[in-house]
Amino acid sequence: MTPKPEAFKAAAVGLLSGWLLLFVLAPNLLVAGLSLLSRSPAGFAGWPATLDNYRRLADPIYLHVFAESFATALIATLFCLLLGYPFAYGLASARPRLRPLLLTLVIVPFWTNSLVRIYAIRGLLAAKGAVNHLLLAAGLIDQPVRLLYTQAAEIIGLVYVLLPFMILPLYGSLEKLDPRLLEAARDLGAGPFRRFRHVVLPLTLPGIVAGCLLVFLPALGLFYVGDVLGGSRHLLVGNLLKDQFLEAQDWPFGAAASLVLIGLLLAFLALYAIAENRVTAAGDDR
Amino acid sequence: MHSLERLHGALIYSFLYLPLAVLILGSFNASKYGIGWDGFTLNWYASLANDAEILAAARNSLMVAALSATLATVVGTLGAVGLHRYRFRGRGFLMGLLFITLMSPDIVMAVSLLVLFIGLRLELGLFTLWLAHTSFCLPFVTLTVHARLQGFDNALVEAARDLGAGEWTAIRRIVLPLALPAIAAGWLMSFTLSLDDAVVSFFVTGPDFEVLPLRIYSMVRLGVKPEVNALASLLFAVSLSFVVLAQWLLHKDRE
Repeated sequence: MTPKPEAFKAAAVGLLSGWLLLFVLAPNLLVAGLSLLSRSPAGFAGWPATLDNYRRLADPIYLHVFAESFATALIATLFCLLLGYPFAYGLASARPRLRPLLLTLVIVPFWTNSLVRIYAIRGLLAAKGAVNHLLLAAGLIDQPVRLLYTQAAEIIGLVYVLLPFMILPLYGSLEKLDPRLLEAARDLGAGPFRRFRHVVLPLTLPGIVAGCLLVFLPALGLFYVGDVLGGSRHLLVGNLLKDQFLEAQDWPFGAAASLVLIGLLLAFLALYAIAENRVTAAGDDR
Repeated sequence: MHSLERLHGALIYSFLYLPLAVLILGSFNASKYGIGWDGFTLNWYASLANDAEILAAARNSLMVAALSATLATVVGTLGAVGLHRYRFRGRGFLMGLLFITLMSPDIVMAVSLLVLFIGLRLELGLFTLWLAHTSFCLPFVTLTVHARLQGFDNALVEAARDLGAGEWTAIRRIVLPLALPAIAAGWLMSFTLSLDDAVVSFFVTGPDFEVLPLRIYSMVRLGVKPEVNALASLLFAVSLSFVVLAQWLLHKDRE
């Protein structure tokens, strides 16, 4: 007997939704619940329920980690945007035959182990690394400069690892841009700046928001960037999370910090939805 | 392209590839420190091949990657066919969950899965790594296969059904062959993602089960050894070949 269509549908949809509910939704709800519990002597969590974990996040020590991590991630995001936008624009206006190759060249680092790439950056910035080597050879310095374990090193590492995450969504939205709109704007007398400000920028807003989202959030969490390039003085929120879960064993507090990241993710996603809706609505007006 | 754009493009590409080039060159450099060139050597690769711990980590990594890629491909492909072919309640919610999984920072997923595994009292190791890696690969497979199915005409399936094929037969004989390049690309991408992941693995593995990125992490923290260059170069080479293959599969008949 052949199974009814319903049986296949139930299996296909059920398996995917079951997996996502069990391994995505449930764990995040557990983290949310955990963040409201107290630390227990056994190391995990226990009653009573409390908001103390969130209050503790407001402690100046942690606020400082958050502020510094946010600043680092924000600067890295800005650099990615400034470097990535013209690059994606060039990519989108390259000859169509060339594009798959140029795109694959961006995708390769995107899929390469980011730890490997952070380690590669370390090789450039180390006291005996390539950058110092070049500067010494050029006679610009006579002592190796300290590049590692600075906030700048951390930002360079983050930009290096996350730049493809910015380029790809920007390319996606720039490629969809209708060149006739730009021609129309030119015919109406708009200069390059006005064309960019009133046509290109608003229409690529979803790509900008998506790119910033895909750079900023991981930038907060990549704890090994903090370890390998930032040293112990420049920590990211990711280092805080790692320490609370794996070293201090203060899970409820770590869970609260993680929930702040989830909150940011959801806020960003809402922003993305708004940007996309505005572009779609503007498109419908045409 | 304007020449300024070309220059900018060239600079970005060098920025992306220069550190990797230095890394790979370093793995063949006889000098133990810095980048002064002391002659060509394969010593660092040889010492990797003789390092029992690294070999064990490599075996573990390949096993986790193959298992996770396979499970993610099965669940993801079925799911993509389901999402494409049927309209059901909660479909939008499911798509939303997929996007959130895709977007969420690794560390958030790592923490939440650790909490789940500890809550379920699962022993941390191969099994938990398998579940975790399958979870972060799943949206990539589902969305890749789903995108491939978007351009595909459901009327073909209806025709097969009218000719007497069962639902499963119609999907197996028509939908799956059409989606095959995307399915294969999804598997390759998942394998690469799993092989490359350090953050999630760091949280959900136990003390007795080490994978390559964690090995690199501890080697880097213990101080730089030239063997790390060799190990990192090998991982890069594997990722590179898999990505190029996946891209080729996804684009070869789109021209």
